[in-house]
Amino acid sequence: MMSGQSTGVKVWIARDYAKCSGCRLCEIACSIQHEGKIWPEASRVRVFMQVPGVEIPHLCTQCNNYPCVKACPFGALSINEATGAVAVADEKCTACGVCINACPGKVPHLHPDRKRIVICDLCGGDPKCAQICTRMGFNALMVFPRVPAVTYDLYAKTPEELTVNLAYKFYGEKAKELI
Amino acid sequence: MRMARGYAGKLLEVDLSRERVSETTLDEEVLRQYVGGRGLAVKILWDRLGKNWGRIDPLGPRNLLLALTGPLTGFIGGGRTCVSGKSPASNGIVGSTVAGEFPIELKCAGYDGIIVSGKAKSPVYILVTDDKAEIRDARRLWGLDGKQTVKEINREVRELLQKAEPRYGLCKEPGILYIGPAGEKLSRVSAVLAKWSHAAGYGAYGAVMGSKKLKALVAKGTGPLPDVADPKRVQSLMEEMYEAALDSWQTRFWGTAAAGFRTGFETSSEPIRNWQEEWHGERSIGVINYESRVWVKRFWSDYGCPVACEKLACVNHGPLQGAITDNPDYELQAYCGTNLGIFDPEGNVYVSSTLEDLGFSGINGANVIGFAAELYQRGILTKEDLGGIEAKWGDAKAMGELAKLIAYRRRIGKVLAEGTYRAAKEIGRIKGVDCMPYAVQFKGIEVGAHGMRSGLGFGAPMGLGYALGTQGGDHTSQAKPPAGEAERTMGDSLVFCTIGTRLVTDSIWEFFTAVTGWPMKHEEWVNVYGRRIVQIQRAAILLGGPDIVWDPEKDDDNPQRWYMPLPSGHKAGAAPTREEFTKARKKAYVDFGWDENGVPTSEELRHLGLKDVDRALEPLRK
Repeated sequence: MMSGQSTGVKVWIARDYAKCSGCRLCEIACSIQHEGKIWPEASRVRVFMQVPGVEIPHLCTQCNNYPCVKACPFGALSINEATGAVAVADEKCTACGVCINACPGKVPHLHPDRKRIVICDLCGGDPKCAQICTRMGFNALMVFPRVPAVTYDLYAKTPEELTVNLAYKFYGEKAKELI
Repeated sequence: MRMARGYAGKLLEVDLSRERVSETTLDEEVLRQYVGGRGLAVKILWDRLGKNWGRIDPLGPRNLLLALTGPLTGFIGGGRTCVSGKSPASNGIVGSTVAGEFPIELKCAGYDGIIVSGKAKSPVYILVTDDKAEIRDARRLWGLDGKQTVKEINREVRELLQKAEPRYGLCKEPGILYIGPAGEKLSRVSAVLAKWSHAAGYGAYGAVMGSKKLKALVAKGTGPLPDVADPKRVQSLMEEMYEAALDSWQTRFWGTAAAGFRTGFETSSEPIRNWQEEWHGERSIGVINYESRVWVKRFWSDYGCPVACEKLACVNHGPLQGAITDNPDYELQAYCGTNLGIFDPEGNVYVSSTLEDLGFSGINGANVIGFAAELYQRGILTKEDLGGIEAKWGDAKAMGELAKLIAYRRRIGKVLAEGTYRAAKEIGRIKGVDCMPYAVQFKGIEVGAHGMRSGLGFGAPMGLGYALGTQGGDHTSQAKPPAGEAERTMGDSLVFCTIGTRLVTDSIWEFFTAVTGWPMKHEEWVNVYGRRIVQIQRAAILLGGPDIVWDPEKDDDNPQRWYMPLPSGHKAGAAPTREEFTKARKKAYVDFGWDENGVPTSEELRHLGLKDVDRALEPLRK
């Protein structure tokens, strides 16, 4: 299903959580790209909304040391040399969930068919989620060239952590009652 | 039989009295005729309750609570659910829609909608997951306000699903429709809410849920949206909508929140101090003050919506700190603002937030509060009646206290909780004063924030749209001659948001055909399909009961206040006259296929294939 073109330059999907509108156009674009239909739970980016108004697009950041790839007991995960994205070999994946716990942000999740893990593949270098987000002017997800001087690992965060951060930023002390 | 495209193909049925859950397969012919949402609600309600309509107590166990999607839900931007049942406000049927992720989750779980019957012994909520559902204990949720309800259900359901599938990965929160204390206490101005401050307000279905001891409907599905007839065309139509949204930058930038000043100042059609005036020049309520003082997020969307007309607002300092709402949009700028004499964003956000937390509709609940505040202004209600509250115009805290008095039915709040029409009758009786001159409502449903006296307001002239509407004061379903509400049933039945889709009106039926595979011409919808839905709704509201039966002669009319000349502004002196209104009404009756008494004619009903409706209306023709 994956049809993106490699551009030769590795990209990173930057995320500005405070700007996420919660429109889920990213989920729609991702699932159409990978599944050929609108399928929110099969999307490689999932927007969490544990507190309304605090919407968190949750997706792989491609850590420098790829803990998920290292942790996979079945060799189902590898690094795509061209894009830097984590590649899933569906036939090797046993849906054991070890990679989920190895990820500091607990980003991977099972495909709704429960047979394999799904992880962002950067659409081969042209991520559809960021494309629609930027086109619509929300700019919660943006495509940047991946440069060496950034610690991308810092973005591997759980929705819970990010929800607390953003809730206080938006709602001040009131956030205490909402989380 | 191949199932219709765009539909999950089945409805969930939950009988709370017998504690039973089952499924109903949707008949393709019924879907073809009634489509979904409001249309399907009308069909289900009439089939199941029509024979005894006048005797069904909307707050009794025989009433049904419906939450229905439509074929376009999830595909066209802006996911909405249509909530319906016999309305405790009008005794008719309202198709009341609310935005949010619930309908998407429901469809992804394999259901097009939920029909709830009976009454639970103690508070419950219904949890829908992939192809199944359970009735769960909600005793610890009963009494919680909106924000706490969302928090607790989110936590409980996420933990539950996580535990059921520990290796799935993080579980996303479910979609939720819920009620607040006002719904629990059966207020006839209570709403069914989603997220925060999203409400199905018209129709008072919060009270129907309350009467069933149903705190919430919760759904989490992991399947895809249903297959569509022409996936490529659906995608290109979605693209068209994105482009249209980008072209309409002002709709995205401000939503409807730029109207709070303009509707008063330019078109003189905004409710001010319970509609005593409709013009103001208060620049403090201009959208710039919302943007710069209370909006913490400019674009706040519901599922699939590229428009994001909602804006997230929070008061972050001062005595009203911690109040959170969306925008407020125009309706709530007016009703929780100008209508209560409040012209500052913080006060406006505070009242909106308070009403939503309590489970009111911000329109209908605030209309009652405005009505009560005017009775206080006139000395008809005293500080003592109001439990010590001095309901002075512009005092946001006092208005919030009044909302609590009504939600918890304390003192006169017990009467006000019945909605403006019923409260006006009862307070009139208690105090020996005619209160109807101050009640601004249509057939038990408080009117939207769009006045008609200036002739410049939104909707049909002279208030006809409301007076002849089957959904009373619902500003989104005005019966504008000659087509009437038939056109308005479209959005509520296909189930999409009319703000975003206003941008792609010409493509709606193409969208419908691309999703369902069924052809439909706009004229066909207006002349047959939509019209059929409206005639059943007209029959239901005329049959009414048990507590009120509307008399078209008397009740197909504007509230008294709307015949009083506007007292101020550039349209001072303007108001329709009774003579011109009556003349226009007579003509509209003919346009709508109703006889001179406002009852749909036999010929009209038989032409639309509604013989049983015709029979049910026989007694009204004598």
